[in-house]
Amino acid sequence: MSVDKDTVRRVARLARLAFPEERLEPMAKELNTILAWVEQLNEVDTSKVEPMTSVVTMSLKMRDDVVTDGARAEAVVQNAPLGEDNYFAVPKVVE
Amino acid sequence: MSDLTGLTIAEARDGLKKKAFSAKELTEAHIKAMEKARVLNAFVTETPDIARAGAAEADKRLAAGAARPLEGIPLGIKDLFCTKGVLTTAGSHILDGFKPPYESTVSNNLFNDGAVMLGKLNMDEFAMGSSNETSYYKPVINPWRRKGSNTPLVPGGSSGGSSASVAARLVMGATGTDTGGSIRQPAAVTGIAGIKPTYGRCSRWGIVAFASSLDQAGPMARTVKDCAILLKSMASHDPLDSTSVDLPVPDYEAAMTGNIKGLRVGIPKEYRIDGMPAEIEALWRQGIQWLKDAGAETVDVSLPHTKYALPAYYIVAPAEASSNLARYDGVRFGLRVPGKDITSMYENTRAAGFGREVQRRILIGTYVLSAGYYDAYYIKAQKLRTLIARDFEEAYKKCDVLLTPTAPGPAFGIGEKSDDPIAMYLNDVFTVTVNLAGLPGISVPAGLSSEGLPLGLQLIGKAFDEATLFRVGEVIEKAAGVTPRPQAWWEA
Amino acid sequence: MTFVTTRTDTGPLLDGATGKWEVVIGMEVHAQVLSKAKLFSGASAEFGAEPNAHVSFVDAAMPGMLPVINRYCVEQAVRTGLGLKAKINKRSTFDRKNYFYPDLPAGYQISQYKDPVVGEGVVIVDMPGGKSIPVGIERLHLEQDAGKSLHDQHPDESYVDLNRAGVALMEIVSKPDLRSSEEAAAYLKKLRAIVRYLGTCDGNMDEGSMRADVNVSVRKPGGPLGTRCEIKNVNSMRFVAAAVEYEARRQIDIIEGGGTIKQETRLFDSKKGETRSMRSKEEAHDYRYFPDPDLLPLEFDDAFVARVKASLPELPDDKKERFVRDFGLSPYDAGVLIAERESADFFEQVAKGRDAKLAANWVINELFGRLNKEDKSIAESPVSAAALGSIVSMISDNTISGKIAKDVFEIAWTEGGDPAAIVEKRGLKQVTDMGAIETAVDKVIAANPQKVEQAKAKPSMAGWFVGQVMKETGGKANPQAVNELVMKKLGL
Ligand SMILES: [Mg+2]
Ligand SMILES: [Zn+2]
Repeated sequence: MSVDKDTVRRVARLARLAFPEERLEPMAKELNTILAWVEQLNEVDTSKVEPMTSVVTMSLKMRDDVVTDGARAEAVVQNAPLGEDNYFAVPKVVE
Repeated sequence: MSDLTGLTIAEARDGLKKKAFSAKELTEAHIKAMEKARVLNAFVTETPDIARAGAAEADKRLAAGAARPLEGIPLGIKDLFCTKGVLTTAGSHILDGFKPPYESTVSNNLFNDGAVMLGKLNMDEFAMGSSNETSYYKPVINPWRRKGSNTPLVPGGSSGGSSASVAARLVMGATGTDTGGSIRQPAAVTGIAGIKPTYGRCSRWGIVAFASSLDQAGPMARTVKDCAILLKSMASHDPLDSTSVDLPVPDYEAAMTGNIKGLRVGIPKEYRIDGMPAEIEALWRQGIQWLKDAGAETVDVSLPHTKYALPAYYIVAPAEASSNLARYDGVRFGLRVPGKDITSMYENTRAAGFGREVQRRILIGTYVLSAGYYDAYYIKAQKLRTLIARDFEEAYKKCDVLLTPTAPGPAFGIGEKSDDPIAMYLNDVFTVTVNLAGLPGISVPAGLSSEGLPLGLQLIGKAFDEATLFRVGEVIEKAAGVTPRPQAWWEA
Repeated sequence: MTFVTTRTDTGPLLDGATGKWEVVIGMEVHAQVLSKAKLFSGASAEFGAEPNAHVSFVDAAMPGMLPVINRYCVEQAVRTGLGLKAKINKRSTFDRKNYFYPDLPAGYQISQYKDPVVGEGVVIVDMPGGKSIPVGIERLHLEQDAGKSLHDQHPDESYVDLNRAGVALMEIVSKPDLRSSEEAAAYLKKLRAIVRYLGTCDGNMDEGSMRADVNVSVRKPGGPLGTRCEIKNVNSMRFVAAAVEYEARRQIDIIEGGGTIKQETRLFDSKKGETRSMRSKEEAHDYRYFPDPDLLPLEFDDAFVARVKASLPELPDDKKERFVRDFGLSPYDAGVLIAERESADFFEQVAKGRDAKLAANWVINELFGRLNKEDKSIAESPVSAAALGSIVSMISDNTISGKIAKDVFEIAWTEGGDPAAIVEKRGLKQVTDMGAIETAVDKVIAANPQKVEQAKAKPSMAGWFVGQVMKETGGKANPQAVNELVMKKLGL
C-alpha cells in the first residue's frame, strides 16, 4: 500500500490540515517510509488473534444518573477565541 | 543552608520536619536555581508566586504539626497536565493562551499532599517525540554534556523539561507522562529515576490526551525512593476516568526493604538488538550481576513479538492521537486562524497550530483509520498488542520482574536525529512494549557512558506491582553508587 | 450500511408514467433517553436552558476531559431493546465516529458502530383497515447527541450552544421494511408508543426528543433496490409522511425522466413540503470509526437483563391482545385505546367492574372526540375516569338513557361535578315506573286519533308515538318499555 500526493491531500482534508501543494510530495514520501516500516507486522499470522480492546482487566465504570455538573457557562466559554452571550462563535455554517 | 537543591525529597521531608530549614527557604533556593537555569529552557511557565504561596502554607502546616506527605516539596509539572488558572500548552502553539478552569487529578493529588508548584515544564508537542525538539517552545537542553564538549544534547522526550529540571536540581521532582517511553527514556539520558506505572494506576483526567490507551502519568525524581514517595501521592482511583483502577495504593516506601533474595529476574533475549552499543550491553550485564550479587536469580525468557512493538505503536498511537487532537479546532480554546468559511478556519488553525511531527502523526493516524485501511493497520496492530501482552504473561510464569536497558544509547545532540523519523522512533525500542501491554516500568540511573553521559536500566513489572520495581530499583541504584550529578555549567 | 428487508409482501404502489412503483423505506429514529444527566457527563439533559448552561467540561471537549457512562442510560437502552423484542448484546463497545463540525466539540461522536447494545427485533405496525405489518429492527445503539448551531443571530457567524451535546440518544434502526408514507408514519407512531410505555423516552417531537432520519428509495415492484436518499431529522409524523410522499415522487420523476438517483443526504423543508440536498453534508465522509480508548467494553450478565425484563410494563401489543380477549373489544377499538398508555389506563379505570364495550364506546367516541375537538390531552380531560365510569354505570343499570347520558357528560365536561349528583339534582333519572309511562302513552294516543289510524295501516309509524312519549317524559322514560307499551296499546 503506497501513498501518493492525492492520498495525502485527501487525508489532510479529512484531518482538517491546510496543506500547501509543495508539501504533499515530500509528505507522501515520509508517510511511505513509515508505512513500509510498519508493514513488517504482516510477517505475523494474526488470523486467530483477537485485537486488544483494553489493557486493563476491569469492567466499565458507570455513574449514577445524577446532575453533578453544568451551570458554569462562563467557565466553559472563557477560553474561546470568539463568542457572544456565552455562545461560541464560528464562521457562518450553511446547512 | 548550603545546597538545599541537592537534597532528595526524602531528605528534604526530614529536614523540614526537623525544622532544619523552612519550606520558604527550600522553595526560594529552587526558584533561584530555576531562574539561573533559563538557558536550559526547561520551563514553559515559571510560577514563583504560586510556589511562594504554597511554601507559606506549608510552613504554617509544618509549624502546626499538620504536615502532609509532600509538605513544602517544590515540584515541576509537565505542561501536559491541566493546571487551574495556569497556562497549559502541551508544548503546542495550538493551545496558545489556554488557562484551564480545572486541575488535573494527578497534580491535584500532589498539591493536596502539600507539594509546591514551581512551574510548567517544557515537553515535546503533545508528548510526541523522544528528544524535546518538537516543542513549540524550543528544545530543552540536557544539563549533561559530553566530556570535553559544549555540544548541546537533548534531555530525552517527551518529558524533557521534567528530566532536565530534575537532573539540574531546579525541582526536587516532576510529573511526567509516558506513552511510549516518555518518562523512562528522558530519565535514563539525564541520570535520574522515573517510573511509568501500570496503565490505570494514575488518573488520566485533566492530562491532555495523546494516545488514550497508552498514556500514563508517573513521577520523575533523582532517586527511586523519591519516585516511590511521589507515586504514592499521584496514584488514586478516580471516578472521572473510566480506565482508572479501583485498587488500593500500597505504601511503596515500606515495600523498599532492600531484600531481593530469591527474586527471579527475567532477561528477555529479544532485547539484545542488532547494533546495540557495547557499553549498553555491558551495562546490562553489570545490572544482571548486581542483582545476582544481591541474591536474585536470573532466568532467560523470551518475548518473541518484541520487534513488532514499535511498528504496532506507530499505528495505534497516531490513530488515537488523530482523533484525540480533533478537538483543537479553534472554536473553544487556544489558537484560531481565520478562514473564508468554517472548514478553512479549521484547516488554517490546525496547520498553523500543530508542528511538523504532530501533523505527520495526525496524517498517519487518519490514514490508518480510513476506510479500507482500518483492518490492515489498526486492527492488525491491536492484534499484535494482544500477542505482546501474551508474551509478558508467559514470561511472568517464569520470573517476577524483567531487566533490560532503558534506551539504546546516551543523550544525543540536538538536531542529530531529527531528519529521520524512524531513527528517532527507535529511541523507544526498549520502552514501548511496556505501554502496549499496560505494564509498569522503571528506569534507574545505572552508570555513565564512555563520554560521561548517564545511562539507565529498566525494570519491567507485573501489572500493579510497582512495589517490586521500587524494591529492585533501589538495589540497582545502590549498587551503581553515587547519584550522578551534572556540572552546573549554566550557572557559570 | 445496507440492511436486508424482511418484508415479503408487496406494499401499496404508486403510479408513474411507466407503470407502478414501490417505495422502500427504512428509518433511523433518534430517541432521547429520559435521563436526568447526560450519557457521559454529569451535566443536565433537560431541554431549554441558557446558552451553554447545561454543559460540563467533558461536553465542551476541553483538553484532558474523559467520558464516564451513565448507568441509567444503559438500562434504558436495554429496556427499550426488550420492548422491541430484540436481542440484547451482553457485550457491546463504544466507538468514535470522527468528523469535524462546530456542534461536535470533540471532533468525534461517541456511538456504537460494530457492536451495538441491542440487536435485531421487531415492531408490529397496525394500519387502519386492520392490517398488521411486522417491521424488522436492525439494531439499537447508544450515542451522544450533538450541540446546536444558531445561524440567524449574526450576519456572518454561527453561534454554538452545547446544551444538547452529549445528551443520551438511542438510535433505533429499522430494516427497509416500510412501503408507504402511511406505514412510515404509523411505524414512528408505534415506536413512540412503545418508548412512552417503557418510560425510556418522552417522545416529545417538538422538543426534538424523538426525530427520524428517513431512507427512501423506489423500485419497480419485485425489482432490485434503488439508490436511497436519507432525509435527515424529520420531527413529526405528518412531516415523515409528507417527506416520503415528496421524495418518492421526486425519485420516480427523475428515473422516468431518464435520470439516475444520486445517493445523498437531504433535508425536509416543512414550509415548502419539499426535500432538498444538504450542502453541509455534500462532502464524502470517512468516519474512521474505532473503539473509544477512553471507555471499556460495556458488559452485563443474564441476571441484569432478567432484572430489567422483570420490570417491564405491559406493552401496547400485549395490552391490545388483552383488551380484545378480556373485554371483548374489536381489534380496532383496542388499538385506538392502547395507542397511548394514559388512554389505556383511563379506559381500564372506566371499564373496571362495568360493561367494557360500553365503556370503550364512551371513551373512544364521546371522550376522545371531545378531547380532539378541544385539542386537549387525556391528562387535561375535565371529565375524570371515575366520572365517566359513573355515567357508564348509570346507563348500564338503566338509571339514565344513553341520550340523557350525553347530556350528563356535557354538563360534567363544561360545569364539572359528579355525574350521579348531576342526575339526582336535575331529576334526570330514567322513569321506570310503568304506571307513569302508561299514563303518558295513553295521553299521546288519546290526543292523536288520526295518527293511530295511520299507524294501524303502517306499523312503522309506531316510532312516532315512542318519540312523542319520550318528549312527554322529558326523555327520561325507558325507551324499551315505551316501545313495548306503544305496540301493545296500538295492537300491533
Ligand atoms: Mg444514523
Ligand atoms: Zn445517530
